[in-house]
Order: sequence, then structure tokens, then C-alpha cells
Amino acid sequence: MQHKVIDTTDVVIRFAGDSGDGMQLTGSLFADMSAIYGNALSTFPDFPAEIRAPHGTVSGVSGFQVHIGSEDVNTPGDYCDLLVAMNPAALKANAKWLKRTAMVIIDTDTFDEQGLQKAGFKGDPIEELNIGDRTIIAAGITTLTEESLKDSGLDTKAIHKCKNMFTLGMACFIYSRPVEYVHKYLEKKFRKKHPELIAPNEKAVNDGYNYAANIQAIPNTYVIEPSHKKKGLYRNITGNQAIAWGLLAASEKSGRPLFCGSYPITPATAILEELALHKSLHCTTLQAEDEIAGICTAIGAAFAGDLAVTTTSGPGLSLKSEALGLAVMTELPLVVVDVQRAGPSTGIPTKTEQTDLNQALYGRNGECPVAVMAAHSPAGCFDAAFMAAKIALEHMMPVILLSEGFLGNGSEPWLIPSMSDYPEIKPPFAEKLTGPFFPFERDSRTMARKWAVPGQKGFEHRVGGLEKNHQGVLSSDPVNHATMVRERAEKVARIADFIPELEVNGPDSGRLLVVGWGGTYGHLLSAVSQIRASGKDVSYAHFDYINPLPRNTEAVFRKFDRILVCELNSGHFAGYLRNVLPKHKYLQYNKVQGQPFLVQELVTAINFAL
Amino acid sequence: MGKYTFQDFKSDQEVRWCPGCGDHAVLAALQRAMPKVAETLGYEKERYVVVSGIGCSSRLPYYMNTYGFHSIHGRATAISTGIKVANPDLTVWQACGDGDALAIGGNHFIHAIRRNVDINIILFNNQIYGLTKGQYSPTSKFGAVTKTSPYGTVEHPFNPGSLVLGAKGTFFARGLDSELKLNEEIMVAAAAHNGTSVMEMLTNCVIFNDGAHSAISDREYRADRTIVLRHGEKMIFGKNRDKGLVLDGLRLKVVTIGEKGITEDDILTHDAHSDNIGIHMMLADMKYPEYPVALGVIRDVADVTYDGGVRMQAEQVSEKSHIHCVDDLLRSGATWEV
Repeated sequence: MQHKVIDTTDVVIRFAGDSGDGMQLTGSLFADMSAIYGNALSTFPDFPAEIRAPHGTVSGVSGFQVHIGSEDVNTPGDYCDLLVAMNPAALKANAKWLKRTAMVIIDTDTFDEQGLQKAGFKGDPIEELNIGDRTIIAAGITTLTEESLKDSGLDTKAIHKCKNMFTLGMACFIYSRPVEYVHKYLEKKFRKKHPELIAPNEKAVNDGYNYAANIQAIPNTYVIEPSHKKKGLYRNITGNQAIAWGLLAASEKSGRPLFCGSYPITPATAILEELALHKSLHCTTLQAEDEIAGICTAIGAAFAGDLAVTTTSGPGLSLKSEALGLAVMTELPLVVVDVQRAGPSTGIPTKTEQTDLNQALYGRNGECPVAVMAAHSPAGCFDAAFMAAKIALEHMMPVILLSEGFLGNGSEPWLIPSMSDYPEIKPPFAEKLTGPFFPFERDSRTMARKWAVPGQKGFEHRVGGLEKNHQGVLSSDPVNHATMVRERAEKVARIADFIPELEVNGPDSGRLLVVGWGGTYGHLLSAVSQIRASGKDVSYAHFDYINPLPRNTEAVFRKFDRILVCELNSGHFAGYLRNVLPKHKYLQYNKVQGQPFLVQELVTAINFAL
Repeated sequence: MGKYTFQDFKSDQEVRWCPGCGDHAVLAALQRAMPKVAETLGYEKERYVVVSGIGCSSRLPYYMNTYGFHSIHGRATAISTGIKVANPDLTVWQACGDGDALAIGGNHFIHAIRRNVDINIILFNNQIYGLTKGQYSPTSKFGAVTKTSPYGTVEHPFNPGSLVLGAKGTFFARGLDSELKLNEEIMVAAAAHNGTSVMEMLTNCVIFNDGAHSAISDREYRADRTIVLRHGEKMIFGKNRDKGLVLDGLRLKVVTIGEKGITEDDILTHDAHSDNIGIHMMLADMKYPEYPVALGVIRDVADVTYDGGVRMQAEQVSEKSHIHCVDDLLRSGATWEV
């Protein structure tokens, strides 16, 4: 059989195997080399909560999807063109994501009686899954890797760990990627601690590549040309890393040292880990004894004059509620990052959702408004974190920044910005003393109080959770309480004067405005673009700022007959909009499966609403 | 005459504790100790931060004319930690009660001690929840009859000293509300100590737990039922200064000087700086009537502090790092040109 080389604009590849098979690494290496080659891309790791879930079972399957293209890539893709299944369970768990035209590579060595039984197959898995019409490349990857590395000096266990590199070699052949990038990576990774592993892993990659080239079973190989992106220096970045870096950027622009008090929690932990690396950028991380100590050490650091941050996920935000109220009451700057996951309670820790919005907006005792923002893409997390810190510092208040597991673990290429393009951050420091210092006197424009920091002579004052008057004296006076409640809310509302207005993608009036917030941006954009390409009129607005809403929101909504709110929860944002802007007709499209939207289901939902 | 007097540390706020409450005396000792601390350690008043949680004693920051933070129940220790780590040049003082620090805030309390953050914790122990009007606390005696234990508690109390030393605390002292001079001395020693200093103050709640400490605190028997420990001095106590502590096997024993051939030389000498935490544990654990209750600085040993370690590590890492601004960071690692 003579294979053809086909030019294509985009492909979706899904690597799947046991939790210990190294699929996350294989997928991210493939993504990195594609990025360096110049493709647009988006990735989506989809893995179980267990570090080593039961071997060979469907619940233990770990997957990594990467979508690469020569044009804009907004999402990791719904369905895949290539599935690599390292065992029967991986095939079973992922067969539903196969395109009609997909190719599947399976490691036949794992498709023995035991493997099939563990995955719950009774007979022929291809038949059971009804995927006989796909191109199945049955390769004995385990034995081939054993054969490839029999003279390597490695024991069988270590040889089996190289299976993923053999597979990566095969993928490199199919998608016309040179393997040199993988070699460079392996040298860097193993040079210091395990130099003996460099050569065998490199050989596995090469042999996988050559095997794929020789077997004549692969009908076509593909070339995905580099995308015509803006010129400049690029890097790959995950959402969690971008949040950490955005905070560091805000620290530099404000001149305030960064303090992060956090407790490890999936899927937010990587932010704390990343910040822990950067002590040279005036960043202190404190791994606290619990979530409450995370936020309380941060509040202490804010009182002492730092840019204070605490990072968490849904259950952690619940634990921080009371202290968040303290930050509201003491009017101290604080960024709370919530990388949302599927709840309630422990829920499904490694799966993505947008189900903490109500908690972020309302989850505290008393009248306790906070600013709420959301990041919309992995790279977009950088600007989102920067702005969250800017608002917290300049308006003297806690800001909740909502991210999602999908963004935190997902990655995309990022045109590296220059810090000179970012604005200065100017906190309202108390500088000149002209009489007694009254800590709760407010700026007429922002309503922010002045920030006096211990060590400043003459500004000694007390803050705390008890209600106070403008002078900072305890007060249970009814009128004073009503005034302070109103002023704290007004302070949040005034942020609207300092954030960008809502933009409409598409016509600025019409029958339907699709609305989303947070990490659904890429999927919604793709869905709306597809519908528009089919000749229909539909507009789309995406919210990065939730409380307060951009100040033109009402004006934008007014020009549409109906607003379709799409979100990965049962309707938190829709409910909020109905409450804040009640005059409009809202429709909802919701999904709560621990998974991102599929572009196709959005297209169907939007078409239905049109 | 130093730079400050106790008046400088008094705020203009009216003190709202009940008349006769033991907290008044502890506040007075603190306001008297602060000028001495400022003098000996060279602190300006604006470098003092007083933090508290929730409870009667946690009102204290409002009465100090310093930077202050009256936080939420149990969390003072975490807030103090954040303040000190953010700015190690500040001197951080914390007021908290037995319910605040040992029940709802127990976790932060032991972890601050484990880390040895350089903060000074004054633990007001009145063995009762006062602000909520009389429920038992984690230090209430076994069997204590309170509003929430009308038939007596069936749970054992914490001894704060054992807890501190169990967490390998580097400084533990015990005072008694009415011992103003001793408390002041303890506070000055705590300030000089680098690391977490826990000062347990036995305080009397006149309304809900009056006389909780009277078995040892009554003037009539105080000298016989307490022992004031000072580093380098003999462990002698009693109205007639004729009682002392010796080691009997692995246990402490009270002896009388002049009886059974015991002389002053046989009496133990207090070594607060000893790395032998066992003896400090025994001293902190002493209970009346078998033993006198130990007051004064029981343990004061040098060790690295958390905030000091954080600062030192940051300096070391920064020196070696090639990333000195965010632009450096963004361009580090794998990048490519389009």
C-alpha cells in the first residue's frame, strides 16, 4: 500500500492509557513540538483523581488531547482524528470521541484475556464498540519496545516505561514531525540524574517512527502547516502557570512584594508550586496548615503591605468564606484564585466545571460583596490575574478570580508580552499625615480607603471584623452600619468605571446574543463562528468581569430579542443576570458533566434558540 | 528614661472588660513591658503590631496605641504569621484566649509553634468561654459545671504548656494575672526570644468562672503552691523559701530543705536554655496539690525561626537566579520565534 501525504488545516490527537503509562508527558511533548513548529494549538488533559488508579480499568484511564492547526485553534477539539490506546480500557473509555474518519493505534499486547476482562469486554472489543469502520493500527507496542531495547541494559520494568516514547515516535511519523525535539527534551530531563535513560528513550522514539514508516498499515500521513500568527517570540503556557506569572507581573508593576498563602488542592496546586520557584522576584509562598490559614496568612501579609494572594479550588473557597468576609470588612487588598472543579463536596476533583460562581458571588455571611472576575483561556489567565491584582490593590478589596480545571491544566501558545506594555499599579497609600489618621475615610472616585502599613510612623490604627465608623472606631450605631454596608457595595460597583466595556462579536443587534463567561470562550467562539459561516446571524458576548458587570452590559443586551446564557453549571450566571438586569428574555444552555462543552452541542443549542 | 513610657502604648479607647477581670492586669503589664522592649531591642512604636482573634481578651488591640488587627475566631495565629513573614522587621504581639487559640484555632497554634515563627503569643487562660457567657473551654477542669456541661464535663483539659512543648516550642512561660512584675519580666524575655514565644497568663473571669485559679493564686497560699522559675536559679519556693524540687528517679519531687539531710545544694537549678525538653515538660506539667504550679520562663531555647529561614532562603536563591524581573521570567525556558 502506498501512503499519501495529505495537507490538512487541523487535527485532534488523543493519547490514552493507564495512569502510569506516561500519556500526559507524551501528549504535552507532542504539543510542545507542534508549538515550536509553529502550529496553533490547544490541549486538554483528562485524568483520574487517583495517582495510580487500578491497573487496566476504565476508571484508571488517563488521557491527553491536543488540537493542532494551521489556523486559529480555539478549543482542544470535540472528537479526535487519532486515538492512541495503550490498553483495552483506554480504547473503551475513548471510543466515543472518535471521528468517523479516525485512526486508532492500539497496543495489541495488552489486548489479552486479562486486559479485555479488566476493561469489561466480553468478545472482540472493536466489534463491541462498533468501530470497525475506523482505521485500526494494531501494533504490538510492548513487544516491539522490548525488542527495540533488549540490548539497552534496562530491566523489563524500565523498558516498559519507554512504551510511550515508541508511541510518540509513531505519532511523529503520522504527523510529519521531526523527532529531534523529543531527543533534546530527553537529554535535558535525564542528563543530571539518569543519563543511562537518554539513549534507550531516544532509541524507542526513533524505532517507533521507523516502525510506523515501514509497516505499510498507515494509509496517510499529514502535514499541518504552521499558522500565520503574529510575528514575535512565543511560548507554551498553562492557565495555572499564567496565573502565577500574572500575579508576579502585578507585583512588579505595583512594587509590592508578592505573598501567596495556600494549601495544596487539585487543580489549583500548580499555581503555588510555580510561585514557590520565583523567590528572586520578591515572592514568598507559605504552604499553610489548612485553607483557612492560607487566606489568613495572606490577609496578615496584606495588612503588612504585600500583594497578598491565596489560591484554591471550590472546597477550599468554602473554608475561606469567613476570612474573606474579614478582608471585605477590613478593606484590605487580596486576590483569591479559585480554579473550579466538579463539586459539590469533593465531587470529581480532576474534572472541570463552572459551579462555584454562586459561591463566589454570595457565599458569605452578612452583606458581603466582593469583586468577581473570570479567566477565559489558558494564556488569558495572565492578564486576568494581573487585572485581579490591580483591582484589589487600587480599590482596596478582595477580588475572586475564577479559573477552571480546564484552563489551569490546559495550555496554548502565547505571544510573550513585554512588561512595558502593562500599566503601573498605584495602591492608595496613606502618605502625608495632616491630623489624626482615619483608616476608613474614602477616596471620592473609587471609594477606596487609604492603605497605611505597619512601620509607617504616625499612622498607627486598628482594623478588624467588627463594624467601625470612618474614623476606625468601633460602632454599632444603626445609621453608621447602613452607611458602611452601602459604601462597601458602592466601592465594588464603582470598579465598572475602571474596566473594559463588553464587546460584541458579530452584529450589535439581532435576534440572539449568545453569552458566556470564563473558560467556555473558545468553544463558544468556535460554535458561533460555525453558525455564522453557515449564513445565519448570531452575536456573542463573553464576560471576563462578573461583579460588577461592564457598565455597557444593559445597553448591549437591549439590542437583542433574546440572550442565550451558556455555562458549565445549572444556571448561576443566568440567574445572576436575571437578578441584576431583569428586563431581558434569557434562555439557558447548561452542562454539568465535569467536561467542557463540545462545539457541536453548542452549535445545536444555538441553532435551536435561533 | 527611655524613648517611650507606658502612656505611649495606651490608646484613647475605653477599656470595656468587666471590673475585676484578670485581663486588665495583663494589659497593664504589656503596656509597661513595651517601652522596655523598645529600649532594649531598639524598636520604634510604629513597628509594633498587636493581633487578636475573638473573645474577651481579643479586644486588647483596641487598647494599645499601636498598629492592631482584631481578626476572627481562632485565626489570630495565622494572621500574625502572615504579618511577620511579610515583614520580619515588625514585632508581632498576639492576644488570644483558651477557646480561641486551643479549640477553634488549635491547628494554627501548633503549626506556628512547629514553624517557630517569631511572634509573641499571650494566651489568656481563664478556663471558660466568657464572651458567649459561660461555656466550658478546652482548658476547663474535668467535671467542670458550666452552661453547656450542666452535669459536669466528661473530657480532659489541655495543659497549654504540654501542648506547646509537645509541638517542640522554643519558648514557654506562665504568668498569673495579678503578678504584674513577673508578667512584665516574662514579656520582656519573650520579646528577646527569637521564635514563637507562648506566654500563658492564668486569668480570672469574675463573672463566669470566678476563682478558677484560686487554689494557687490566693495570696494566703500563693507562695506555697506556686514556684517562680528563673534561669540559673535554684528551684526553691514556699513562704519560708524552704521547699524545693529535686529529681527522684525520672520524676520531680518536692522536698523540704533541712529535712532528711536535704540542703540547698541538692535542689535543682533551672536551666531554661537546656535542649532537654523532658525536664521542661515535667515543670510545665506540675499541678497542685502534688506540686507547685510553675510560673516564669520555663523554656527559652534558641533555634532557627521560620521568618528568618524564609528571608535567608530568598536571598540565597535570588543570588543564584538569572531571573530578576518578569521580562526575564517570560523569556526563560522553551520559547520560539515566529
